[in-house]
Amino acid sequence: MIIKNLTVRFGAFTAVDDVTLEIPDGAIVGLVGESGSGKSTLARAVSGLVPYSGAVEGVDRRGVQMVFQDPLTSLDPRMTVGASVAEGLRLPRAARQAEVERLLSLVSLPVSLAGRYSRELSGGQRQRVAIARALGARPTLLVADEITSALDVSVQGAVLNLIRALREEFGLTMLFISHNLAVVRYVSDVVAVMHRGRLVETGPAERVVAAPAHDYTRSLLEAVPRLGRGRPAPEVTS
Amino acid sequence: MRRLLRTPAGLAGTVLVTAMVVLAVAGPPIWGAEAERIDSASILQGATAAHPLGTDNLGRDILARVLVAGRLSLTLALLATLVGATAGVLLGALPSVLPRRGARLVTGSVNALVAFPGLLLAMFTAVIAGLGARGAVIGIGTAVAPGFARLTQTLAASVAGADYVSAARMLGVSRWRVMTRHVLPNIAEPLILNFTQALGGALLALAGMSFLGLGVQPPSFDWGRLLFDGFGRIYATPAVALGPAAAIALAGIGFNLLGDALAHAAARRTAPPGTDAEPGAPRPVALGEPDPDAVLEVRDLTVAFPGGVTPVRGLSLTIAPGEIVGLVGESGSGKSLTAAAIGGLVPYPGEVRAGRLRLCGADVRELPEAERRRLLGTSLAMVFQNPMAALNPALKVGGQLAEVAVVHQGASRAEAAARAVDRLDHVRVPEPATRARQHPHELSGGMRQRAVIAMGLMGAPRLIVADEPTTALDVTVQREILRLLREVTAETGAATLFISHDIAVVGELCHRVVVMYAGRVVEELPVGELASGAAHPYTRALVASLPDMETDRSLPLASIPGRQPPPAEVPDGCAFAARCELATARCAAERPPLIPYGTARRVACWEV
Repeated sequence: MIIKNLTVRFGAFTAVDDVTLEIPDGAIVGLVGESGSGKSTLARAVSGLVPYSGAVEGVDRRGVQMVFQDPLTSLDPRMTVGASVAEGLRLPRAARQAEVERLLSLVSLPVSLAGRYSRELSGGQRQRVAIARALGARPTLLVADEITSALDVSVQGAVLNLIRALREEFGLTMLFISHNLAVVRYVSDVVAVMHRGRLVETGPAERVVAAPAHDYTRSLLEAVPRLGRGRPAPEVTS
Repeated sequence: MRRLLRTPAGLAGTVLVTAMVVLAVAGPPIWGAEAERIDSASILQGATAAHPLGTDNLGRDILARVLVAGRLSLTLALLATLVGATAGVLLGALPSVLPRRGARLVTGSVNALVAFPGLLLAMFTAVIAGLGARGAVIGIGTAVAPGFARLTQTLAASVAGADYVSAARMLGVSRWRVMTRHVLPNIAEPLILNFTQALGGALLALAGMSFLGLGVQPPSFDWGRLLFDGFGRIYATPAVALGPAAAIALAGIGFNLLGDALAHAAARRTAPPGTDAEPGAPRPVALGEPDPDAVLEVRDLTVAFPGGVTPVRGLSLTIAPGEIVGLVGESGSGKSLTAAAIGGLVPYPGEVRAGRLRLCGADVRELPEAERRRLLGTSLAMVFQNPMAALNPALKVGGQLAEVAVVHQGASRAEAAARAVDRLDHVRVPEPATRARQHPHELSGGMRQRAVIAMGLMGAPRLIVADEPTTALDVTVQREILRLLREVTAETGAATLFISHDIAVVGELCHRVVVMYAGRVVEELPVGELASGAAHPYTRALVASLPDMETDRSLPLASIPGRQPPPAEVPDGCAFAARCELATARCAAERPPLIPYGTARRVACWEV
């Protein structure tokens, strides 16, 4: 599918400015940028949640599903996990149960969780429920908007592994949005960098990281915190 | 329910409402005949032994009539509230379902109705609908409806913006179904509370209507009608009017108290669960001699909340001048409450206990109030995650900085203002004099965080506590703030406690790293060891699960199964045992102490 000349305006403010981005079938395109760069607005436009000008070709409205940043607020607190996952299914009642179980096992959750409420789950489990719900609609494109930002590091890995497994096993096409360049690099085939509403650089993940072409990408790369850079305290002489 | 009965208001409300319901059910069968019995021998009496509340102009006993009238009064109030609530909820929900133009029309009408005085609306409708009970019910219902409509609209709008509603829309769920499945169930609670309170109001309003002659007409009677009948005789035989008046007042008070108590109980339901068991008394521990060189020395710090919730458990921490110590842990590990305890900012009803809590050589808890405030005000600088919360949005940035110098250092206004500009310049805020005259909302996020750091530099900070100061910032801004913190620490020689969930940021900035898990320190190590030399299985797993720019993309990322135990459910043994690959029976049974391991580090683990 391809996003062509997509522009989103809020009054006089242009949040997304003439973005053209191709998302090849079966690939994960990572979209990275800072707050206010327009990456989440682009996601919401592609998902049909905000009006835009331009075109999104190769996918119909129901073919796009989105997974949100905070899994606690993206699941209805009054609905069980099973009911949430079943929400998008267009199946006779009898077949739903089996489909819900299939979807839960797809995201490696025990089927027994279907009767629980989202508040009883951990953050990582909740995010997997949200992914299962989106997969239930058999999307052509899955939009993942900062899906690991609200998660602790120790469970982030499991969610990222799941995303990669879904692509490898089912050829899922995905737009993966994050402010975290290391996370985007890890899951994506193609990395696109957004800055002030515009796309400043697009390319294969390893190439963008190893040899950034745009100054902004370079400064973004330099700013990524690295574990090994810390130094011991200087000796204090008083 | 138990919580409801615990407060005097809740108890009184429940008792009154229960009594009213019993009266409505049992009143007419018991006293019905008595209330209708005409006794020409005893008309228009005052209070007597036979008729405690007197009799009316046909000699009927007023006490019996008051007891019987309860049923009609309560039924009418219930009907009126039901009519009003149903109409109101429908009106309030319509804008979410209708197309835009229809929605605007409904919203506008509701707004106009809300502005109209309720009682006037009720009387107007009642007169049109016809005198009598039916007219009064419709009238009061009409008066109640706009309030419900407005409440429903507001609540529905807040739920309609939730991500789960967006998700449902994307899944192709119809607007009507979104309304019934997602919106209404999630706003039901406040609506039900409002219903109870509206019931009390409707009861009073109906009595008022009957009293004005617009409500129940003879031969039927409710409390308002009885009050109307007795009111003419209030100076001659006061009991005949006071009886019905008391009934109205009691019922009104009952419903309002119950409504309030229900609202309170609902608001408090979010409190963390747990038993009311007192956390165990602190064990006496060998504290050793205080470290004379340390800026901050904390020994055996515990922060506990009622209900057995203990987010920080026996934490010890020492920071030397010029040293940046990173306190890292996942959400719920107790790291932020540790910072709050050091700054004396633990919110009520949290309780802070510590064997030692020394700042700049003095135990903070032993200082007199004034001296403690001065020490914390001048020697401690705190930087929070959200700089907007640390700055007063109504005041100019410069003025807020200057206040520190005026209050704690006795500087004059002019001196303080000049110093504020100087400090803003020092943290590299461009055009500091202009910025000082601006309000916080006019600054960018990074600029605000600089201003907060500048505020800490107004005094001569000995300890800087930074709690997730860069979490809300972009990476490029984060880098600048980290650099600034490093410079400030080096030049002031202050000790810095840097709290973060991001082990990469801690690894980049800090000299020494303290890892927390479930309220306890599990490992303390020099930063150079963090990337590849960590000993505790939790630290190792945390480091391994962090993707960086060199992570092999062909391998799956490490992650830790399970979840951190919540602060009320931390087990007796090692809290990490359930998620640990190395765990043995001993780990689950016995908690490993934090003991020295190699040089300059400490680990709490049986298996290293």
